[in-house]
Amino acid sequence: MHAATDRIGASTAIQVADVSKTFDTAAVLHQLSLDVQAGELLALLGPSGSGKTTLLRIIAGLDHPDSGRIIFGGEDATGLPVQQRAVGFVFQHYALFKHLTVADNIAYGLNARERKRRPPKAEIKNRVGNLLDLVKLSGFASRYPSQLSGGQRQRVALARALAVEPRVLLLDEPFGALDAQVRKDLRRWLREIHDRTGQTTIFVTHDQDEALELSDRVAVLDKGRLQQVGTPDEVQEQPVSPTVLKFLGDAVEVSAVARDGGVEVNGRATPVQAPANSGRDLKLYVRPWQIRLTRPDDAHFVAIVQSSYRTQGRQRIEVEGPDRKPFVVESPDSVRFSVGEPVGLEIIGGYPFDAALR
Amino acid sequence: MGYTLMILGLVVLLPLAALVLRASGTGLGGIWSVATDPRVGSALRISFGTSFLAALVSTTFGSVVAWVLSRYDFPGRRLVDAAVDLPFALPTAVAGIALASLYAPNGLIGSMLSRIGIEVAYTPVGILIAMIFIGLPFAVRTVQPLILELDREIEEASATLGASRWHTISRIVLPPLIPAVLTGFALAFARGVGEYGSIIFIAGNLPYVSEIAPLLIVIKLSEFDYAGAAAIASIMLVISFATLLLINLIQAWSRRRFGHV
Amino acid sequence: MSDRVVNAGLQPSVTPVRPPASVVTEQRGVRWLLIAIAIVFLALFLLLPLLTVIVEAFSKGLGAYAAALTEPDAVAALRLTLTVAAIAVPFNLVFGVVAAWAIAKFEFRGKNLLITLIDLPFSVSPVVSGLIYVLVFGTQGLLGPWLIDHNIQIIFAVPGIVLATIFVTFPFVARQLIPLMQEQGTLEEEAALTLGASGWHAFWTVTLPNIRWGLFYSVLLCNARAMGEFGAVSVVSGHIRGLTNTIPLHVEILYNEYNFVASFAVASLLAGLALVTLVIKSVLEWRYSADIAAGARRH
Repeated sequence: MHAATDRIGASTAIQVADVSKTFDTAAVLHQLSLDVQAGELLALLGPSGSGKTTLLRIIAGLDHPDSGRIIFGGEDATGLPVQQRAVGFVFQHYALFKHLTVADNIAYGLNARERKRRPPKAEIKNRVGNLLDLVKLSGFASRYPSQLSGGQRQRVALARALAVEPRVLLLDEPFGALDAQVRKDLRRWLREIHDRTGQTTIFVTHDQDEALELSDRVAVLDKGRLQQVGTPDEVQEQPVSPTVLKFLGDAVEVSAVARDGGVEVNGRATPVQAPANSGRDLKLYVRPWQIRLTRPDDAHFVAIVQSSYRTQGRQRIEVEGPDRKPFVVESPDSVRFSVGEPVGLEIIGGYPFDAALR
Repeated sequence: MGYTLMILGLVVLLPLAALVLRASGTGLGGIWSVATDPRVGSALRISFGTSFLAALVSTTFGSVVAWVLSRYDFPGRRLVDAAVDLPFALPTAVAGIALASLYAPNGLIGSMLSRIGIEVAYTPVGILIAMIFIGLPFAVRTVQPLILELDREIEEASATLGASRWHTISRIVLPPLIPAVLTGFALAFARGVGEYGSIIFIAGNLPYVSEIAPLLIVIKLSEFDYAGAAAIASIMLVISFATLLLINLIQAWSRRRFGHV
Repeated sequence: MSDRVVNAGLQPSVTPVRPPASVVTEQRGVRWLLIAIAIVFLALFLLLPLLTVIVEAFSKGLGAYAAALTEPDAVAALRLTLTVAAIAVPFNLVFGVVAAWAIAKFEFRGKNLLITLIDLPFSVSPVVSGLIYVLVFGTQGLLGPWLIDHNIQIIFAVPGIVLATIFVTFPFVARQLIPLMQEQGTLEEEAALTLGASGWHAFWTVTLPNIRWGLFYSVLLCNARAMGEFGAVSVVSGHIRGLTNTIPLHVEILYNEYNFVASFAVASLLAGLALVTLVIKSVLEWRYSADIAAGARRH
């Protein structure tokens, strides 16, 4: 055990080792392993059913793995009950105690301690005050949760979780129940709080923008397996699989071939490099901004305009490609296109994968 | 609309008016003299006092039953759940003779209890048992839906904050249930006070010992003492109304205090 | 998988670690203790009395049981009980539907008062329920002299029993239907009306199908109570054997005459009715839980 601790190093706060979980008969997590660095803000990103919430609950001790281990700072916490794990958990629907005031909600974890470990009353009051300042709810101490807005409730929930000075803060879709504007504000504000407190934080989301904007690193999950872990730049620029790539944003799938280290589409070269060790047949995934409208003679392929609309100085055009699948390309707002008009499309970037890879 | 009011007037309001009229005919002084009659006073004390105790027992065990039925899965749970409504469905006279024969000194339970010196039949304890029987479903059915509605995440939140299970139960789970428990208590209490059929067989109806107020009304009626019967009935009604009012206040208060988040 | 740390020092556990007790439930021991308390308590207070009725009814054999049920007074009581229920239940069915309809679908002043009044019979002692009719229709009652002049007898006769039964079963249907109808709101009916249905037609085709299980259930309870009512009926009936004795009153008389076997035999009819009611209720709740749940909170 000591050897293990040494090898992980002091910077690993939590280690998830080969965790598997099955509910009823459906497997939710398959031998999943993941390291969480101390002080980082890690996003667990995945579609619904990917197992991300289950993983978070297993780390918290709210669920228990069928096999595998959860290690907190080198210490095996797999059998440790949730009460002793010192995690701060923030639920999607806040889970505030409705019959307690905001201040009592925040103080709850401290008051719940056995007398020996319980801080004196004055200190609890002091700490609650500080936390209320931190979440910008200073005037709300004696309100009840039903008197707060959704965003305010979630801030109380966060303050409540922070009050027990957790080893790790776990947030389950923390902004999922909020409307778009509040969600945006809270994101920025969560980042600020993280930067100020340096609290190791894991949050679950299905929203790529949220994960990419907020986190130090993103762990992409799909069907109970960890697909990729990396910084937002890494996962965006070097997605390890089409699954990760597609989950991080819109992309058009185009058949391509590798030739002389480059990638050709319909016999015409593209600026994309072929991946190492790939076969001849490739799939090229192209983001909307990696396609340019051009004269049909210079195009990699021709598509038919279905509709177009303008937004914020750009024109977004929905076209139907050769495989009859519709997709969107962007162009400057200078040229007008009419429905049914054929347009040439030139590929100026993209992510190639071996056609056999999924 | 008009139909509703007419029927309501004929079936409910007219007879009640007659009661008020008859009671007021004797005047407050008349009611007071009935209430202070030692036998009436003793019957009222027995009815209300025993009913209070019975409601206490019903509520305590009823809450446990409600918890068990809504939280735990065990073989036969559905059957037990259905059985809770038995006192609603079983006619009071049937319950009455069944309890009386069970707890009679030569009955199944009565003989066992009398061996250790506890007499149930023909004592206030018998009244207590009949009232517990009658009140139990009220206690269970008012609390049960609230337990089912409890959000498990709240309990999980409490656990992640380090609270022991007992702390979670006492500080997080129980407080929101208190209004429902009180409502169940009030309903069981009101029902116990008015109960007649299931009690008279087991109680033995000894004046000053095990005679309940509703029985005294029946006795007054059989003696054609309508004024006396009406006076006892109005005293009981006033107390029952007060209980009903209390229930409504509790519910209004709980809605304010624990309004949905 | 770039960040995955393969760590030889920490073998994945092959045998699953024994999970701590689930977070949101009690320890196994506590759980079973509570279940045991609940079951013992219910068995003692509910099951045992029910079993007693059946055991006592058959304690002298099938012959004595059959004799008790076919004896003329018992048959007369049975006939009277069925008659009373046949009048009281349809009456309350119609009233309950109309009242619930008015309360759920329209806004008017004094609505809460109306609901309270409908609820009233639930909170009044059955004895008092009977008493108020004696005070109106009895010989010394409000209308007593007038009734005597016109040779109409209500108290100590069948009409009084019917009235008292209606009173005690008054709230069942309305109480069950009000929350159901409120939950549905008026949208569907309005839709039907805009499609050209008459109000009556909308009621039959839209409202009624939506509430049918709740209605059925409430009629069932209403019927069980109507046939089993004791206190109120006892006060107004006069206990005339063969004439104004309902089954519950007959049970009482037999019991007080120490004719226990016959008493329990007659009582077993009512217990059977209660059991059938409970079984149907459970089946309904199980299959149409959403329909029933809204109204089942108060009886």
